[in-house]
Amino acid sequence: MTGRQRLPGQRSLARTLVLAAGWTVVALGGTFALDPFRNYQLALVAAYLCATAGLTVLVGATGQLSLGHAALMAVGGYGYALTVNALPFEGLPAFVLALLAGALASAVVGLLLGLAAARLSGPYLAGLTLAVVVALPAVASTWSTVLHGDQGVHVAFQGVPDGLRRVVALEQWQAMVAVVVTAAVVTGLTVLRGGRFGLRMLAVRDDEVAARLSGIPAGRVKVLAFTASSVAAGVGGAVLCFVAQTVSPGAYTVGFSLLLVVAVVIGGLGSILGAALGSVVIVLLPWLIGRLTANLPADAAQRLDGNLAVLVFGLLLITVMAVAPHGLHGALVARRRRRSSRRPTRDGPGPTEEPAPRKVLVPTEEQR
Amino acid sequence: MDRLVFLLGTGLARGAVLALFALALVLIWRGARVVNFAQGAMAVVSTYVAFEVTSLTGSYWLGLLAALLAGGLLGFAVERGVMRFASPASPLSGVILAIGLVMVLQSALGIVFGPDYRPMRVPFDDSAIVVGGVPLLSPYDLFVLVVAVAVMGALAVLFRWTSLGLQMRAAAFAPEVSRLLGVRVSRTVTVGWVLSSVVGSLAALLLVPTSLGLNPHATDSLFVLGFTVAVVGGLDSPVGALVGGVTVGVAMSLVTGYLGAGLVPIAVLVLLVLVLLLRPAGLFAAAEARRA
Repeated sequence: MTGRQRLPGQRSLARTLVLAAGWTVVALGGTFALDPFRNYQLALVAAYLCATAGLTVLVGATGQLSLGHAALMAVGGYGYALTVNALPFEGLPAFVLALLAGALASAVVGLLLGLAAARLSGPYLAGLTLAVVVALPAVASTWSTVLHGDQGVHVAFQGVPDGLRRVVALEQWQAMVAVVVTAAVVTGLTVLRGGRFGLRMLAVRDDEVAARLSGIPAGRVKVLAFTASSVAAGVGGAVLCFVAQTVSPGAYTVGFSLLLVVAVVIGGLGSILGAALGSVVIVLLPWLIGRLTANLPADAAQRLDGNLAVLVFGLLLITVMAVAPHGLHGALVARRRRRSSRRPTRDGPGPTEEPAPRKVLVPTEEQR
Repeated sequence: MDRLVFLLGTGLARGAVLALFALALVLIWRGARVVNFAQGAMAVVSTYVAFEVTSLTGSYWLGLLAALLAGGLLGFAVERGVMRFASPASPLSGVILAIGLVMVLQSALGIVFGPDYRPMRVPFDDSAIVVGGVPLLSPYDLFVLVVAVAVMGALAVLFRWTSLGLQMRAAAFAPEVSRLLGVRVSRTVTVGWVLSSVVGSLAALLLVPTSLGLNPHATDSLFVLGFTVAVVGGLDSPVGALVGGVTVGVAMSLVTGYLGAGLVPIAVLVLLVLVLLLRPAGLFAAAEARRA
């Protein structure tokens, strides 16, 4: 007998770690098969995945939405850039220190915003975080001596370490770093959600009064959940700054923030695998649409540029929400379940009928 | 001193517009328990309609009328076509649908009209009226103030003294009981959306001529300000929207005048954080409303 009982959806810590290590090795191996541009896109996906994984855990486990994860990414990016530029040494120690500084900065901002709005229920967190993204350019230009206004902060170029220079190209190295950092963040979030704190979040989400009666400090749980989510976003911003070598308010607009929400929704709210799929979609789809419209006349191309992708994403968001609120991941799970019900497994016949679809947005335990 | 009086006067007119916009948010929140994050985008569509009609016919008033009609139609279409899919079990789904709508409307406008700022003109003199040697308000500000007060008065009459208003209030607070008593709840919700969309369109139409100009994103900051007003006043309270609107409008006018327009978004953010930290129940709403 093992010591602790687990709920159906929970994995053991060892299994989570093995899974994480496996996925990381696969992704690292994959970088060798990709050309430089694909590796750049992989690095983007990894950086976005930090933020979307944080967002999806926030939405799935606490039922609150943040429209400002782009701003939290920017906070992490600025924290990283300012630290890297201030440090007298470079290389791996500087990278790790700056990454931690970015995480710390986003934790502080996230804690403050969380204290203000995450304790409350309803749309307050969404509105407050929206105000944060809208204020970001003003913040950058008001403290322009440090943040350098619209131009943003540039960081020194960090090349491939000497020992690896023969084997990997720059883009591949960046992708590998991004993959490793993202793996750490996603594993941390998974462990957090699978443990005691995860159960508390679910209890608060499902019935706050009952949770309080059981001695769970509901407000504190919500604030901590938002803080953890913003740390994930901040690390994503730091990784993005490492890849792009710059951080500026123009990269973290309201539109980008909404794009993160799109990724989380079309992937399936609350699912980290869904967040990964969604991150791939928000990197690849605009690029594909850009390829398609590249041959149009200049005027039309200029109007369609950016707008067409946003239009498609908006329609996608509405459609997914109306037709399949569990997103891509939910569809995958449903398909797997259908297949297993057709073909009896060794343990016995599968479920004979589909369970009725739940009306609530957050995923059932099986879908995690 | 003159400057202070002028800033207060301008702030009052801005505040009236903000109060109108916040009132539109409150209308939907009370009726359907959704914060309509698409309200800014819907209002900017109506403003584009006004712009096109005005430049075709040359009449500001025809444009205004067309925008109000378009606002009403849009409210109807959004409620029947999109918001009906929101799951009543989760408050998130309404927010997410609204965000999808924002993306669709703004990008469609960007494709049709392009990203340029188009200046909107109004048939009013923009030099300030001078009272006793002190410049007070521009005639346009006065017009805005009068329209806003008239609309708010009309809404108050509608909700307090008409049968439709009574039905809407009943449907918002106790939909089941109202249905049993013969109120067609689904229709009153639609009426709420139409009304709210008209009021939001009017607010945007009044505000855009005083800003940089018309652009698909022209109402983004109006939405954030309107949301702030609704939070300061309490999402449940029309009176709160009015008082909050004037407070925020005057505060932002003073920030613009003394510290610079660039600081307004930061001031909004600070105000929002402070109100949520210190008075999480809002200044006017019932205390438990936000935690429930």
